[in-house]
Formats: sequence, C-alpha cells, structure tokens
Amino acid sequence: MHLSVLGLVQGVGFRPFVYGLAQRLGLDGWVANDGEGVQIELEGELPNLQRFQQLLHQELPPLALIDRCEVVERPLQPERGFRIVQSRATEANTSVAADAAVCPDCLNELFDPANRRYRYPFINCTNCGPRYTITRRLPYDRPYTSMAEFQLCGGCQQEYDNPSDRRFHAQPNACARCGPELTLVDSAGETVEGDPIESTLRALRRGDILAIKGIGGFHLVCDADNSAAVERLRKRKARDAKPFAVMVANRASLESLVELDEASARRLESSAAPIMLLPRRQRDSTRLLAEGLAPGLDSLGVMLPYSPLHQLIFFEAAGRPTDAGWRSEPQSLRLVMTSANPAGEPLVIDNAEALAQLAGFVDGLLLHNRAIDCRCDDSVVQAGTPPMVVRRGRGLAPQILPLIPEGPPLLALGGWFKNSICLAKQQRAYVSPHIGDLNNANTCRFLEQSVEHMRRLFAVTPEAVACDLHPDFFSTRLAQQLAEQWRVPLVAVQHHHAHIAAVMSEHRLSGPVLGLALDGIGLGEDGSAWGGELLLLEGAGYQRLGQLRSLPLPGGDRAAREPWRIAAALLHLLGRNQEIESRLPYPGSPVVAQMLRQGLNCPPTSSAGRWFDGVAALLGVCAYNQFEARAAMSLESLAAGRCDFQGAHLPALENGQLDLLPLVSALVDEADPVRGAQRFHGALVIALEQWVMEAVQATGLERVALGGGCFLNRLLRETLCQRLRQNGVKVYLGEQLPCNDAGLSLGQAWVARQRLAR
Amino acid sequence: MIHGSGGKAMAQLIEGLFLKAFDNPYLRQQNDQAAFSLPPGRVVMATDSHVISPLFFPGGDIGSLSVHGTINDVAMAGARPTHLSAGFILEEGFPLRELKRIVESMAAAAKEAGVPIVTGDTKVVERGKGDGVFINTTGIGVVPEGVELGGDRVRVGDHIILSGPIGDHGVAIMSLRENLTFETAIESDSQPLHDLVADMVKVVPGLHCLRDPTRGGLATTLNEIAQQAGVGMQIQEANLPVRPQVAAACEFLGLDPLYVANEGKLVAFCPADCSEALLAAMRAHPRGGEACRIGEVVADPHRFVQMQTRFGGNRIVDWLNGEQLPRIC
Ligand SMILES: [Fe+3]
Ligand SMILES: [Mg+2]
Ligand SMILES: [Zn+2]
Ligand SMILES: [Zn+2]
Repeated sequence: MHLSVLGLVQGVGFRPFVYGLAQRLGLDGWVANDGEGVQIELEGELPNLQRFQQLLHQELPPLALIDRCEVVERPLQPERGFRIVQSRATEANTSVAADAAVCPDCLNELFDPANRRYRYPFINCTNCGPRYTITRRLPYDRPYTSMAEFQLCGGCQQEYDNPSDRRFHAQPNACARCGPELTLVDSAGETVEGDPIESTLRALRRGDILAIKGIGGFHLVCDADNSAAVERLRKRKARDAKPFAVMVANRASLESLVELDEASARRLESSAAPIMLLPRRQRDSTRLLAEGLAPGLDSLGVMLPYSPLHQLIFFEAAGRPTDAGWRSEPQSLRLVMTSANPAGEPLVIDNAEALAQLAGFVDGLLLHNRAIDCRCDDSVVQAGTPPMVVRRGRGLAPQILPLIPEGPPLLALGGWFKNSICLAKQQRAYVSPHIGDLNNANTCRFLEQSVEHMRRLFAVTPEAVACDLHPDFFSTRLAQQLAEQWRVPLVAVQHHHAHIAAVMSEHRLSGPVLGLALDGIGLGEDGSAWGGELLLLEGAGYQRLGQLRSLPLPGGDRAAREPWRIAAALLHLLGRNQEIESRLPYPGSPVVAQMLRQGLNCPPTSSAGRWFDGVAALLGVCAYNQFEARAAMSLESLAAGRCDFQGAHLPALENGQLDLLPLVSALVDEADPVRGAQRFHGALVIALEQWVMEAVQATGLERVALGGGCFLNRLLRETLCQRLRQNGVKVYLGEQLPCNDAGLSLGQAWVARQRLAR
Repeated sequence: MIHGSGGKAMAQLIEGLFLKAFDNPYLRQQNDQAAFSLPPGRVVMATDSHVISPLFFPGGDIGSLSVHGTINDVAMAGARPTHLSAGFILEEGFPLRELKRIVESMAAAAKEAGVPIVTGDTKVVERGKGDGVFINTTGIGVVPEGVELGGDRVRVGDHIILSGPIGDHGVAIMSLRENLTFETAIESDSQPLHDLVADMVKVVPGLHCLRDPTRGGLATTLNEIAQQAGVGMQIQEANLPVRPQVAAACEFLGLDPLYVANEGKLVAFCPADCSEALLAAMRAHPRGGEACRIGEVVADPHRFVQMQTRFGGNRIVDWLNGEQLPRIC
C-alpha cells in the first residue's frame, strides 16, 4: 500500500512517528519527505495496514496536521524492515510548522544536572524548538535550515538516527559540544567573560537594558520591577505610552499580576506561547511592578518563557534549584520584553545588525550563533470568549487555512497598517506572519522579501495579484508592479469588503452574508474614507446597505492622531462650534473650529473608530493618540467591562444610515467619565444591534460577519455578539486571523478568487 | 471694467497700459514679435501658465508670481534668463484698477530681475469663462559654458542643499483664501532665484541639478529626481528649515510642509566635496542666506526618499497620487 499524506507533516516528528507505528504493527516499507508532503510505502497483513491508517490519525504528533491522506495505487518494491528514506527535493507543496515553545520533556533535561544538556540554551526535540524561523526552504531538512552549519556530534547523531529516540530526525538537534552557543557582549561589542546567563541576570538585576536574541528576533529586556530601568527603556524606544509586555517564570507568578482564566493559562503554556492580554489585577496586589508598563490601560500583556534560553534566566534567578518545585511556585523575577525594532522598523534578527542598531540603546547584548532566517514577532492574543488574535507571529505563523473558492494560485498583498500577505494555492491559503506598518523603507523591503520567501517556501507561482483600493500604499504599488512584471491580472479589493471576506473565508461561509465592518479608515469605491459599513456580501461582490453618519476629519490623518479634533468635529455637528475653544483648549483649537465652519481640509469619513476617539476626548480621557487606538482602548478600560443601557438614546436610522450623533448629544455634558464610557458603549451596542436587525429583517439573512479593528474592543465585541445571538442571528468573527488590517490579505485572496472565477 | 472683445478702445487702453508699464526698446517697436540676438551658449526656454486665487497675497500677486515662476524655471537649468513674454487671458468685467495693479507689479518684478518682457498678447473671454485673470509667461535664457544640469545627472553621494525654509507660499495663499489668522503673518516666498543661481554655478560649475519645489512641494520634487536618476535619498527632519509660524500653521491645518508649494526656493544636488563651497556662496547671497544641507543621495533600487524623523525613526516621504487621502486605519 502506498500512502500520500498532505498537511503539516514535515518538521513535526511525523516520520519518526510513522516509523514507530510501522514497527509496532510489524509492517515493512519506508517513509520519506518530499515537496508534496510525506510518502509512505507499507507491506504487511491487511488488518495491520488498516489499523495503521486508523492510528495514523489517532496518535498524530501534537504539532502535526493532516489535510489529506490518499491511498495511491502503485507497484511496490519488495522491502525488508522499515526505514526512513532521505529527502528528495521535489516541488514543495507541504507545510512548514510554526515554532514551538520548549516542551516539558526538554525542560526536565534542561534543569537536570546529570543530563548532558543541563543548562544548554538550545535544547529541543521533535516536539519542540524552532521551525519556521530557521527554515530557508522546503523540504524541512537540516541542510535547508540555519542548523546546516553545525555538524552533529557523535551523541547527537546517534539520537538523530535512532528511531526510538525522541530526537529522531529532530532537525535542530544539538548539544553544548556541537551546537550553537551564547555570548554576552557589552555595548561596545566586547565579550563579557564568565557564564553568559549568570552575567545576564546580574546585569538585569542592576537595572541594565539588554538586547536578547530569541527565536524570531531580538528583544529589549529589563527588570519590570525597576521603574528607572523601565523609564529608560521607554525613552530609548521613543514609545510614549505604548504598553510593554512582561515575561514571568510560570503560571503561578502571574496570579498577582493579572486575572488568569484557565483557557488563557493553557494558551500561555501551549506550544504557541503567545503574549496574552489579560485584565490587570487591582494595583494594591501588584507588588512593585514598575509604573508605566501599560499606563491608563486595564489590561497587561504577559508571556511565559518559551525558549530554553529564557527558561535559563529564570532558573538562574531561582538559584538553580535541584528539585522541580520552583517551576510551579511564584518567582520574583519579572522581565519587560519588548521587540527590538527601532521606531516601527522590522524586528532586528541579525547579530551584526543588532550591534550596529542597538548598541546605542542597550547596556549589553546576549547573542547566539544560530541564525534567524525568518523574522517573526511575538504573537499577541487578547483573552475573551472567544479569545482574539491581535498579532500573528511566532508560534502561530505561518498560518495555513483552507480556502473555499476554487481558482488559480495568487498573491494578496494586504493593506498598509499591520501588513501581512497571503498566498493562495489550490484549496489552501498561506498567511505570512505580521510584517508591519509600511511607512518605512525597511518594512517595505521586508514585505518584498516576505513575498519572495513565502513563494519559495510554498512553491507558488501566482497567476493573479490582489491589493487594496488605496493608491498610495506601498503594498498597492508593489502589487501593480508585480502584476505587470508577471503579466497577470491585478485585483483591487475594497478595504471593508476584504475585512468581512476574511471572516467568511475562515468560517467557510458562502452565499449571501451580512457584514458589519467597524474600522478605522479604508478607502471606499467613491474615493471617500469609509470605516463604519453595513454590507451584504454575495459571490465576488458586495452591496453597501448602510454606513455610519459621516464625520469631518479636521486635518485629515492628523485628526486620527489627535482625538480632540474629532471631539471638536462632534461639537461642531451638535451646533456647539463656539464651545470648541473653551472645552478643548489644545494648540490650534481656534483654527480647527474655523476649519470645521469652512469645511477646510475636513475630509468626511464614515469610520467607526473615529467616534470612539471623539467620545474619549469629549470625556477628557485622551486628547492625543500617542499610539494607535489609545483613545479607544482608554475608553474601554474606563468602562471597566460594563455597558450601561440606561437611557440609551434611540439612534436615528435613515435610509440605512446610522446616526450616532444623538448618543453623543446625550453624553456631551457627562461629568463622570466612567459613566460616560459605560453609557457610550451601551448605547452604541443598542444602536448597532438595531441597525443589524433592521438589515436582517429587510434581507431575510441571518448570518452576520463582524470585521474591522474596532472589534478588538472586547466590551463592544462580546456585548454586541451576545445581543445579536439572543435575536437568533448567527454571528461570525475572525478567530485565526486578527480582525484588524492583518487579516486583509486573506480577505483579498478570497474576493480575488471569486472574481477570477466569474 | 473690461468689456467684451469687440471694444477697440478697450484693447488700445490695455495695450497702452502694458506699453507704459513694461516699457523697453523691443515693445516700443510695436511689432507682433520681438527680435533679438542672444549671447553665446546653450539656449533654454520655459513656459508657465499662472492661475491663482486669490490674485493678491502677502508677499506678491499673480503678476510678480508669473515673472518669478518662469525666471526660476529658466534659472533651474543653470541659465541666465534674458527675455520674457507675457500672455493675458482676462475675464470680461475684470476691474481695470486691479489689472493695472497686476501689470505694474509684473513690470516691477521684471525690472528688479533685470529681465525685460519683450512681447505679449491679451485676450478677453466672456464672463464666467475665466477666473479674473490668467497669465502665461515664457522665458528664454542662456547657459554659461561648462554648466550642465539635469535630474539624470544626480549621483549617489551627492549632497542635497535647500536654499531656505519651505512651505511659506502655500500656507500664505491658503491662510488668505480661507481667511485664517495666525499670530505672525505668513508671506509668500515668491522671488527670482537667477542671481543666486548665477553665483552658485560660478563657484561650483560641476553642480549636478537644480529644481524649484513648487507644486507638490519638496517631497514631490525629491521623488521626481529620485525616479529620474534611479537613486534614493535620505534627508533629516532636524535639518529641514521650516519657519515656526509655518510649522504651527501646518500642524493646525494637518498639512505636511514637505508637500506645500514654494515659489522662491530651490534644491541643489552637488558632489559632496563641493557642498561647503556651494553653501558658502549661497549664504553670501541675500536670497540664499538660510541655505542648508538637508541630506544626501543614496543607492536604492526602490528609489525611496526617506526622512530621519526627530524621534529617530526613518519614514518614507512618498509621492502621492493626487491629493493626500486619509489612510489611518
Ligand atoms: Fe481596516
Ligand atoms: Mg514652474
Ligand atoms: Zn522538546
Ligand atoms: Zn551534540
């Protein structure tokens, strides 16, 4: 019998697993990786062959996923025994796995003084370790990874060759004798003598800022309990108020920091090991944690040590205990870990680059000599029911999703913010990790490299290119250029159409569906700025059923950075222009009042996000967005998880247009910002519910897909979903991909497929 | 008031107005053309039609602007402008008093620049078919021996030098048009640059390129040259001169001074080893007193124009398809 297996089957211990299974069932034959997936040839008794097929699915290794398993008729070569055949490099159609956090078995060895890998920072096995970040091309095999330059020592080679060993064909297998090693250098690049982990901990404890090379890139690290160090880090990163994530030793150490639910804890401990955004504990129980980690926000990003290197720092801090007790007890060391990317540029991954770019930032660098081939930021997941992916990076990327509409292989280049790209081939969509905001040259170059890398990795030759409608995005220009160069069609997809299509694609929805996009700004078909749209999607197209009443944006994009300008616009719409100067005494407010009166540089937008900005500023919560969506996040934090439906004003619904101004009118003189925030959320949810229900009744459709960045607001998301479901509506949200612009590329691919199919 | 095209008396009146204001030997001959010979060297010719609202603004009017604009276009080839022509399209009903003011201002600008308006033409269009007055000017000039400028001559390593603060003209026009008042009045920078250019090419004849960042501002000009020369550019925000009142107005209005029009500034590209000499020559001239180096030309297959911001980031200063569309999601 010959089996052809497709899916996530390379680099996840699949061949050793097949080997073991064949041995157990007394089957002869061989297993081999190839570009298509894994080929298995089996000879033996029929019941055993059938049993094999069953167990193949039942006992699948944790990181593996089978998309398809076909029995192929072909003449068998007589074989004796079972063996693993060397890789054949054919067309790569298989998947590369995401990086996996260090597993419990490896941790036991890491902390065991008797083990030959005691305190070896690059320990791994077939169930854990780096994957995507070290893979140059497929098939996933050591010569095609950045481990190629390390020659396995005798001991490691034996493990690698021994089918019964848990490191059998673990491509990054290594030990202190033969594998990568650590070096601590000072800011001048001089090696610091002594044990690198010991010195690293000492430096962190005295308040130094270090750059530490991890799995997908460098982090800037300091002691989270040292306010001065955190302050210094914030200054150096020029991150005014953007929250920092914290790494602690284990689940127990999180208890004092955040409200930890079981699902989130399990997610933190999973092989993806993302940063989880969790509700903060009340201040008094938060011991000495530096002020200013996440100013003004009620949630905190936390993560657990996912690489053996991180584990060793905590092990050192615990005093290298010989019993395992410390691993389940609270530990005092807490580290700020923030990605080392100078001002919005891509994450630094290379040692030389780190020395050149970070030396001025940091007091030292903890380097290693295993190259990072693919940059991968930490993934960020927001707790909730269900949890929402905010950023997809290490552990979650590359994402392989089923893609329903049949069609040619294609490339979708995404948006401008939080860019990601998507390759479609046959029934699958491959979504890249987070690439970044395309406002700087290095991120644009990284986007280009990602196109090349992903194409090589998944062997896709695009026959169409998809992009956003906005003509001034680098992604759009690159799409135009590539389409011309490859002589293939270019498909431009409206921003919010793509937002909703991404959700439909994830949930494999076809046929007519209602879509509610609550977003910042995306260019509309009419050239104006959309962002609060009620759509009806069907086939390749969509219909715009309604939109939010439009707001003037005094100063264009500047208004998105300065919410007080939106507050001014709201006052103006309420006929209270003359109050702008006194209520919003910010530099330029008289000019803004005049701009609003004259309609000067005040492009209109139906964006939903801007209403959050305006209300936040009216309530005195946030006048300037020092980082994206700060106003909206602060407003949500202020509401503290509560919607106040009391006195929710009926919104004005006219010709499908939803006017939120009456809600604002009721809040504009609210003296208590907390009550204001709760009433705004409450009234908004009711208004949106009515808006959607009216469309449900008018169209007879009962499925609604929600998309756009505003749905990262957990209070809005959960309350609205709940109310819609109570009305018997089926509600869909992005689960694998973020609802923000990171999901656009998948939506574009989905729409392009439908359009090309016509 | 100006009446329909038929009025012979009116045509004579206007003719008389021009003759008197622009008075020079060529015009006095009263031919349909001007005949003259040029000094030796390559001849440069440029034309520009001026359409602006409001017609009068702090620091100038459509008349002086139409002289400066074309003189500067000629001068950006490194040439010394020698002759100008002027074509007027007047809307029926345009006040004669205003026309007189414009013509006199034009004459004064030409005289100050030392470039005579040697031939001209006037047409009157029906009411509603024009916007008061449109002025087309054409200029001719001669490039000195050994000077050859062009966007394609820009090289990696060249220094980028700006003759003074940016954004004045666009902000002045907008402030007046929209009736905005700022603490300090903002004037247009409209001025002729050919004397400054003459000094520059005398000191550094090997200059690579000159360009006046008018419509679309400095950002558009830098991108045009980057495309033309197949290079990238790196500029520093900290070195970019913007008057405080212009910076504040731009901030309030949500404008980026890099994209705001200028009418009396130039940007120069020169080999690095000449930049000190060039800067010294520029600073010695009254129209280049605030000259400064804003960045340099770099190798970049993407032809990105990048700006190091005050916060240490490096952002792309993009060229835009038409107006600046909001994009913050
Ligand atoms: Fe969006
Ligand atoms: Mg011109
Ligand atoms: Zn392991
Ligand atoms: Zn070894």
